[in-house]
Amino acid sequence: MMQTVLVVTSVILSLAAAGAIIRIARGPSLLDRVLASDVLLAILGAALCIDMAVNRHLNNLMLLVALSIIGFIGSVTVARFVADRREQPHDS
Amino acid sequence: MIPDAGTMDAVTDAVSAVFMVVGALMSLAAAVGLLRFPDLMSRMHAATKPQVLGLFLLLAAVGLQQRTWWVWPVLLVAWIFQLLTVPVSAHMVGRAGYRTKHLHRELLSSDELEAVVQKAAAKAAREDASDGGPVDSP
Repeated sequence: MMQTVLVVTSVILSLAAAGAIIRIARGPSLLDRVLASDVLLAILGAALCIDMAVNRHLNNLMLLVALSIIGFIGSVTVARFVADRREQPHDS
Repeated sequence: MIPDAGTMDAVTDAVSAVFMVVGALMSLAAAVGLLRFPDLMSRMHAATKPQVLGLFLLLAAVGLQQRTWWVWPVLLVAWIFQLLTVPVSAHMVGRAGYRTKHLHRELLSSDELEAVVQKAAAKAAREDASDGGPVDSP
């Protein structure tokens, strides 16, 4: 049964990752791309979780936490950068 | 009457299989939302599904498959960390999207940031007029 679940979830996650990558490529603004890459990181974390659950180990747990830290810092930094850069010509 | 270990294992396997499939479907829902929703704010609504609920379901599946109790606090800490960081980054992205006008204003049902922005702009203009120097508005 675990093999069936593995196949089903990998197909679903591949479709989801393809959708997020299309949004990264097409997204009209930088913030859309940041949001889509955040979703891509979440999909990667989901794949790590499924690997841990199917193969019954806990090796990826620290990687999962590190991944969420990277996503957090990345999106906060880019949001800050976009806000600053767009506002300066507007203010002066 | 205590069920024997075989049926317990089968039930745990079935529950974690359902959790894994539903958690993966959350990611698919986020991707569909990213592709089909019109602007940044509604895409942000779709993007939070795999980050919070999907991660919860998948971590629960991991905990069910390990068959030990000590992993649950670790998984809970990982989930709570995600629960603390996701709103902060969503807040920053939403504010930046609002400031850079990446939204369809006609789709908003209420705009609570508008009054704040107007007030800050009025205050900055007043201080600018009073002392003439550049004012660093927050």
